[in-house]
Amino acid sequence: MLALLRNQKVRGILFQILTIVGVVAFLWYIGLNTTHNIEQRGIKTGFDFLSGTAGFGIGESPISFHESDTYARVFLVGLLNTLIIGFVGIIFSTLLGLFIGIMRLSDNWLIKKMAATYIDIFRNIPILLQILFWYNMVISMLPSPRQSIDFFGIIFLNNRGFLIPRAAMNSTTISVIVSLVVVFISLIFLNKWANKRKEETGKDFPIVLFGFGILIFFPAIAYFIGGGNFNFDYPHFQSFNFKGGKSISPEFLALTFALVIYTATFIAEAVRSGIEAVSTGQKEAASSLGLSSYQALKLVVLPQAVRIAIPPIINQYLNLIKNSSLAAAIGYPEIVSVFAGTSLNQVGQAIEIISITMLVYLTISLVVSALLNWFNYKMKIKEK
Amino acid sequence: MAVYEQKPALEAPSNTRGIIHWLKDNLFSTASNSALTLLGLAFLFMIIPPFVKWAYIDANFAGTTQEQCTDGGACWVFIKMKMDMFMYGFYPQAELWRLKSVLVLFLVVLGIFKLVKTNIIKFIVISLYFIIALLLVNGGVFGLEVVPTTKWGGLMLTLVVATVGILFAFPIGIIVAFGRQSNLPIIRSICVTYVELIRGVPLITILFMSSIILPLFFPEGVTFNKLLRALIGITLFQAAYVAENIRGGLQSISKGQYEAADAVGLSYWQKMFLVILPQALKVAIPNLVGAFIALFQDTTLVLIIGLFDLLAMVRIASADSHWMGMETEGYVFVTVIFWAFCYGMSRFANRLEKQFNTNLK
Repeated sequence: MLALLRNQKVRGILFQILTIVGVVAFLWYIGLNTTHNIEQRGIKTGFDFLSGTAGFGIGESPISFHESDTYARVFLVGLLNTLIIGFVGIIFSTLLGLFIGIMRLSDNWLIKKMAATYIDIFRNIPILLQILFWYNMVISMLPSPRQSIDFFGIIFLNNRGFLIPRAAMNSTTISVIVSLVVVFISLIFLNKWANKRKEETGKDFPIVLFGFGILIFFPAIAYFIGGGNFNFDYPHFQSFNFKGGKSISPEFLALTFALVIYTATFIAEAVRSGIEAVSTGQKEAASSLGLSSYQALKLVVLPQAVRIAIPPIINQYLNLIKNSSLAAAIGYPEIVSVFAGTSLNQVGQAIEIISITMLVYLTISLVVSALLNWFNYKMKIKEK
Repeated sequence: MAVYEQKPALEAPSNTRGIIHWLKDNLFSTASNSALTLLGLAFLFMIIPPFVKWAYIDANFAGTTQEQCTDGGACWVFIKMKMDMFMYGFYPQAELWRLKSVLVLFLVVLGIFKLVKTNIIKFIVISLYFIIALLLVNGGVFGLEVVPTTKWGGLMLTLVVATVGILFAFPIGIIVAFGRQSNLPIIRSICVTYVELIRGVPLITILFMSSIILPLFFPEGVTFNKLLRALIGITLFQAAYVAENIRGGLQSISKGQYEAADAVGLSYWQKMFLVILPQALKVAIPNLVGAFIALFQDTTLVLIIGLFDLLAMVRIASADSHWMGMETEGYVFVTVIFWAFCYGMSRFANRLEKQFNTNLK
């Protein structure tokens, strides 16, 4: 018997069985207590609450929302708002991050130090503090609607938010959007074709120039075909506040600003370390082959740098989406704020609501990490 | 025999040294570089002078009320008057000496660490310190009045949350990292699930869970106070990140080390703690400090579940009707404190990285 216990395999199995028993017993205990507590407190269970009437309004929503709508719709609005802030945040933080990362590698001492200072300052300040700070700045530093800062009389900035003209959904707008989508898709295929031709024949294709060309040319044609009139709805001041146009709330503005500034520091570092990780030997080899410095960058350095830089950047995107949940502190109606916040307070079914919320984030994480795995697989150095 | 004396090296040619040359090399090497430099200077000129004017030149330092802030700049009087609140929250004035002595004791511990080299003594000293600190802050022994956790706040609460989070997340993280590397499938899958679950969701949902759902898990009568619930949430959250960082370190250890430890006849735990972990930690430490910086920043989130950390105290203090519109001063003050802590830690991480870098180049 004792000899059996000394056998590593047997011990391993025994240990695992004990662990399972322990975990199951713990879950069982928790389950019993929870059901008892829930009964005691008269909390309802199940997901019926989703079809109940919410009874509260939501400040901004991409889809129509009324107080008489259900909690399911509250969830949908929250989810969409989370995705919107994630999307906008990712785009701007990538741009700013790239910009700062390149500044960080500049030969110019001042520019380099400015970028380094920016990174050192903003990545060391808690994101929640930054969100509250910018929110406070937007609310207290920007002028009232009457004294709005105006740009060319069509864009206005004040402490109620940011107002831009809104294009009417008419034939012009639709045809321009459709043409943009078509151009983007065809550019992807064109790029593939150009790369393939280059590999086979060595002939270069001016994809960037051509791309910009058709990016301007086709939407311009679509604009005239569609009737040549966006029929903009311009914001205009009326007695106490602005009417018309598309308004972007101060909450959204502050949240985006803070998330972009914070996340960009991490993206900049990823860009920098990616480019620095490419060994000098590679650059020297490229220039000894007679490539110009632009060619060396484009053909030798960047393809290798991207492989290193993209995974941490994608992780930062995920962090940005998770950090957007801090909007709860300033009341931007994303999922944690309206669903795990307001709805939870009204319904009281914490277990269901928090599980759903966590599930949403888990799904986003899983999708992103699947994307990352796919990318790593695609980018793996193909050794012969 | 002729004696050859080494002559001192000549100075570098005058056109490659001096400030002018440095400027030319680093700031004005080409036309586009000069343009960039000027652009950068213009940008700095737009930001720095107004800030200095607001924060220092036009700022108000003297006085005790908002009415005395008449110079138009920042009103640092607000910070001065509310300092105790920012540092200690609602901790009773009469008991503040306890917090201050915890701080003094910390300096004593640092002193002992400089003098003593034995690790065991260091460990005993630091453990004793944490126990004494806890007793002093909480009270209830030696005739000290108990200060309920609802009165804890400010920087002190931030430090309590961060310290407890680090102290408890570390051992849990190590165990989970071992579990994830283990070749027992069930243990491994439990650990993987735990880490991926936690890392997939934002901290705020974990905090909601620990503050709202956790009490439901335990029989009636078992109650945790709000602070303890937040601490449980933060520790569980942080442990997953610590585990991932340590796993990174474990993966960098070559198989030969495991086999060598097995060959000398060490048991599993001896092997892990005496051979593998010390090497893995060395690799993981820079990332671990990074995780702790993130944790320190994340402690601010406890304000959403109603604890009064440093950031929350600023919001409360600036809601005071005697001090209207003081948010900006408050936020700038907190920013400086958080920044100093986090920047200090990241410098420390850089130093450790250099110190532990045993690859001789």
